[in-house]
Amino acid sequence: MAIEVRIPTILRTHTGGNKTVEGSGDTLGALVDDLDSKHPGLKNRLVTEEGKLHRFVNVYVNDEDVRFTGALDTQVKDGDSVTILPAVAGG
Amino acid sequence: MLRIDRATYDAIVAHAREDHPDEACGVVAGPEGSDRPERFIPMLNAARSPTFYEFDSGDLLKLYREMDDRDEEPVVIYHSHTATEAHPSRTDISYASEPNAHYVLVSTRQHEKQTGLAGDDVEFRSFRIVDGEVSEEEVEIVESYLFGHSPTTVVYD
Repeated sequence: MAIEVRIPTILRTHTGGNKTVEGSGDTLGALVDDLDSKHPGLKNRLVTEEGKLHRFVNVYVNDEDVRFTGALDTQVKDGDSVTILPAVAGG
Repeated sequence: MLRIDRATYDAIVAHAREDHPDEACGVVAGPEGSDRPERFIPMLNAARSPTFYEFDSGDLLKLYREMDDRDEEPVVIYHSHTATEAHPSRTDISYASEPNAHYVLVSTRQHEKQTGLAGDDVEFRSFRIVDGEVSEEEVEIVESYLFGHSPTTVVYD
């Protein structure tokens, strides 16, 4: 078992065009590091230099927006489903 | 070029008028790769602001999941400007992350309720935003998509 991660169109350049990839980790941050080792550049698109999630992306663990569950510290486990979506916003 | 049917065009403009002075926003979904905006989906502006718009995060997830199930993608992403021209702002450009989408901007700054004048006008323009580069494109309004992909015209033999 692993954690399934759904990748939005704009980030599929990092995953060879794949819509979903798999990874592992105890927290979302660890999962992102694991994904980045297999799909270099992905982390940069999700996490700022200060180590926070970019405001341009929304990340959900089992349908819960991680902004409300501890962001990168959110606990994840095998069998969880993670969805990454670009925020739709502007001025 | 954006080719859009009259009913959808009117629905976008009506939504922008209705939410004025706040910004209105939404999506027109279509079959993946078709470039045909077919399913009009007005969204709630979670920011409820005259200068900013944002899809609610829960609504966003629901929307993308639904499009995924139907093999659709966001063909048009629209929002309104209520006091400035119908052109992407710097914030719009920084957030734009659907390189395949037509970004439609509607301006209600001249609409009737804003000006109180009879000369009522709502600007409607379309742009591509790719890697921070904005390019405006033509908008063609067709009467209907029902009878094929081209505008409904009468041909007399």
